[in-house]
Parts: sequence; structure tokens; C-alpha cells
Amino acid sequence: MHIVVCVKQVPDPEAAFSQFKVDEQAKKVVPAPGLKQVMSPFDEQAVEAALRLRDAGADIRLTAITMGSDAARNVLKHGLAMGADAGVLLSDPAFENADGYATAVTLAAAIRKLGTCDLVLAGRQAADWDAGVVGSGLGELLGLPVITFAQDVKVEGGSVRVERVLDDGTEVVEAALPAVVTVSNELGEARKPNLRETMRAARKPVTAWSAADLGLPREKIGAAGARRVIERLFVPAKESHCEFIDGSPREQAARLAQRLREAKLI
Amino acid sequence: MSGAPSILVIAELDEGAPDKHTRELLGLARSLAQACGGTVSAALLAAEDAGAAEALIAHGADRVFFAAHAGLAGYHGEAWVAAAAEICREAAPAVVLACHSACGADFAPRLAFRLDTMVATGCIEVAYEGGRLAATRPCYGGNARETVSIRTAPAILTVRPGSHDALAPDASRQGEVTRLAPQIGAAAQRVKVLERRREAADGVRLEDARVIVAGGRGLNGPDGFRVLEELAAALGGAVGASRVPCDLEWCPRSWQIGLTGKTVRPELYIAVGISGAGHHMAGCGNAKAIVAVNTDPEAAIFKDASFGVVGNYQQIVPALTEAVRRLGPR
Repeated sequence: MHIVVCVKQVPDPEAAFSQFKVDEQAKKVVPAPGLKQVMSPFDEQAVEAALRLRDAGADIRLTAITMGSDAARNVLKHGLAMGADAGVLLSDPAFENADGYATAVTLAAAIRKLGTCDLVLAGRQAADWDAGVVGSGLGELLGLPVITFAQDVKVEGGSVRVERVLDDGTEVVEAALPAVVTVSNELGEARKPNLRETMRAARKPVTAWSAADLGLPREKIGAAGARRVIERLFVPAKESHCEFIDGSPREQAARLAQRLREAKLI
Repeated sequence: MSGAPSILVIAELDEGAPDKHTRELLGLARSLAQACGGTVSAALLAAEDAGAAEALIAHGADRVFFAAHAGLAGYHGEAWVAAAAEICREAAPAVVLACHSACGADFAPRLAFRLDTMVATGCIEVAYEGGRLAATRPCYGGNARETVSIRTAPAILTVRPGSHDALAPDASRQGEVTRLAPQIGAAAQRVKVLERRREAADGVRLEDARVIVAGGRGLNGPDGFRVLEELAAALGGAVGASRVPCDLEWCPRSWQIGLTGKTVRPELYIAVGISGAGHHMAGCGNAKAIVAVNTDPEAAIFKDASFGVVGNYQQIVPALTEAVRRLGPR
């Protein structure tokens, strides 16, 4: 079974807020010096979901695919070190400043070019724009059923069975393969690559494709193909006005209750 | 299509009636329609209409497109996408508004691709700016906001709860109901629902709670939630959580508040052992007042809080519960 997992390179979302800067003129996030670029955690969990299928005995071939600059090779390497078998880097200046639409168009073309694919996995959203558009878009563009927000993924006899997260519980759904599944954080922690796998990963193949390789016209990709226009990007202003309440725990509790009552909050 | 642009709200129902979030979207749609000289439509996707169309009109819709099909009972993403796409072809809206719920966040992106347009998800502010519809949404884990426009039509937006107030229902409002019989063929039934497990909320639902007591990593384990439950009970509120306790299964997943969980807007939000990361604050930052209890005086949560208590929650929260009980009802 061939599984394709879509991964994205993002500025480390665990980094301290103080390292987070926005250039409002350029409408871009400015990575602080030394800020790590990592695989988006939801995508890492999508890789994990595929590897759990292998752990459960499924015979899978796992291809990790990313669209980004040459530096995005690092997230492919991370995916390979986790256990993916091959990487595909979609890199071309023409891909830059894409929105979720143009990204899905690009990834869909690459997945078609890869040939047979039984299951496409992606994170529920990327940890930079938090949009949650690309996975669903891939399903529509490839004509495949889409199952979003998976917390458990199983494959049995040509079908995928997914436990997915709802607002007030979960549901179990099933679809015949091929299908697209987006993975939510409820899946649980992704494995860390060990040294042996990291060494092996260096010998695994990474293919690089450009827009021409995918046969995509310029107007469909990157900024030209984007339908979402960023008008502004900013860090919301916070005026700190916290009233700290001192004393022993008992005094703090009593004073807080009193203040909340005065403010008619309780 | 008439000249005036139409704003289409895709309704979600709660026991047959438009839910609170849908009513808020109708209020938002009315203010947008006023700004652009347009009209408000609602899409009702259901097996039957038990008064929902009337309620949608009373809450602000000028016209209801009712897609009636047995396959639309409950929520089935593929059937909803197919039916909503048919309504959009019929109604030709300029803007489509959907709830940023587990349903809306599931079907709206697919609807966008189906209609060859684009979606902005999880919006918190929507307004016309110089004739152009602009939607503001949290991004980068809640650290930043982007204001975006969409250059294809219709612009599809999923909107977080609490972004706009619902209008008071007006039973005298008149509207037109157009009934459609959507085609829901095999291609819209590829995903089968085998089982649904609802986590029954005992007491107050998070979305409706006036007071929420939420716990984070700082609780150090599931037992901490028992302490929070006591306080929530004394306040007549509900208990929520940040992402970490849900991922560690210290509490039910449905308690999660934040970018990938629920968005709430209570009057009082008591955050216990929550550091205040952007992705959590994206779900509760609109609370009227935030109280933070944390051992770390440098925790980011204090920047968002109106009242701060630095200390050990195991001592402070039970004492607070007692103090609240002593104060008695308001």
C-alpha cells in the first residue's frame, strides 16, 4: 500500500512568543535569529499515523512530500528519519507565496505524478497559517473522499476506518481506499527518530520537482494562483492590566472572591 | 440572480432549531447585508423542516433555501458539501458564512474547492472595508492575526462563535422558503458513519456557560480537575481545559478550548495552571474577564488576565470554592 503524507516546514510553534515578530509592511513573519524551522506538529502526527499502520503489520510504502524552499529538505529528512521511505521536494520560485488553494493544486499534481496512491495523509492544519484547507482541497482535486480530524486511523481490506473528533465526542467512519485523511492532535505524540533511523535516512531517495516537472501553468500556482489576499498581518496589541492579589492562599482566595463579587462577575 | 449581493448562512441545527452559533451568523449576515446593500439567505440542510425555516427568517434571513433529503439528517460531510454546493449554484451568493464548528471546519474547505473558490477559516471579525469583504483570523498558533480577502466568488468564511451577536427573533419578519431536492448520489455517500459517541455534558455546556473554570498542564494530573469541578459547581459554571490535559487524557477531549478545540466567550474565565499560549487564548480571549492562577509569575496568561493569583492551585482553588460558597448567590 502506497501512502503519501504531506508535510510542511514551519517556524517552531513551541518557541517563546518573544521570538515571534511580524513585518507588517511585508505582511510576513520574520523568523528570529536562531529560531528553528520544524515539521508542523500536526503533519508529524500524520507521519506517525502512517507508521502506526506499519507497526500493526500493514505492508506500506510511505512517501513524504513537501512544497517549500530548498531548506524544506530538512522536514523531509525528519520524515525519513521517522520511518518514511522516500521524499519529494516541490521547489520552485513560482510556488512561493501560495495560499491553500494553490498549494493543494501543486500537491495534487505531484501526487498524480507519483502514480498509484492508496492513502493521502496530512495534518489537520499547518501550525503557521492554521487554515486547515489543503487536505480537504486535495480530496476534492483528486476526486477522493475526505475524512478530517482523525484521532485514530486503521486500514483493513481496502478500506480506511477512522475515529474522528467532533465538538462533543467522536465518530467512527469508514471509506474505501483511496482516500484523504487529515490528522488531529488527539492522535497523540509522534515518535522521535532514533540514531539508527537517522543514519539510514541519509541514504533514502529524495526527488525534487519544479513547476515544469509537474506541468503546471504559472497562473495556477504560487502567488499568481492564490485566491486569498493577505491585506494585513499583525500581532494583536495586549494592554496588560492584571490586578495581582497577594496574601496567604486563604487570603488570596477570599480577596479574589470579594473582587469578583464587586465586579459582578460572580 | 438579482443585482443585490446575497450573504448565505449555512445553518446548523440543535434539536431541529437553528443553534446559537447559526443565530449569531445571521446577525453578522444582516450587518454585512446592510453594509453592501444586499440580502440574507440561509441554507437549511435537513431531512425535514420542523420550524427551522421560520426560525431562520425570524432571526434575520430574507430567504431560506431548504435542501430536503434523508441523507442530510445529522451531519454527513459529503452529503452536506453536495447539498450546499447545489444551494450555492441556485442562490449565487457573494459570501457564504458557516460556523467554525467541527462540521463547518469539515465541509467549508471542500465546498470552496467544489465551487472553484476559496475559504478563510476560523474568522473572528468580518466587515466590508472600502467595498471589499475583509475577514480577520488568528494564525501562527494565535500569536498573530491576518486580515484577508478572497478574490473569487463566493467568498466562503467559517466564523468562530461569539464573533457577532444574534438578533432578537422577530416572528413578524417575512421571508420566502425555496425547497430543493438535492441529488445525493453514490459520490456523496463514500464515507459511512459507523458509530457516533457523544460525550454527554452533565450540567452546563461549555458553549453556554457564563463561568468557565479551565485547567492546564499545571494541574499535573487528572485529579486536579476534581478540584476545578468543585469550584465550577459552586459558581454554576462548566469545566474546560487547554490542549495538553486533553492530549494526556486527564479529561475528556470535548473539554478542549483553543485553536483546535472550542471557542468560548463566558463572562468569567478562570484559568488554572494554564500558561496562556496563543493557541489556547484564541479560544477564550474574548471572555469578559479572565482570572489566572499560576505558580509562575512570568506566565503569559497574566498579560491577558484582569485578576492574577500567583500560587499553588491545590491551596488556592479549594479556598476560593469555600469563599464563593460563603458569599452565597449574587
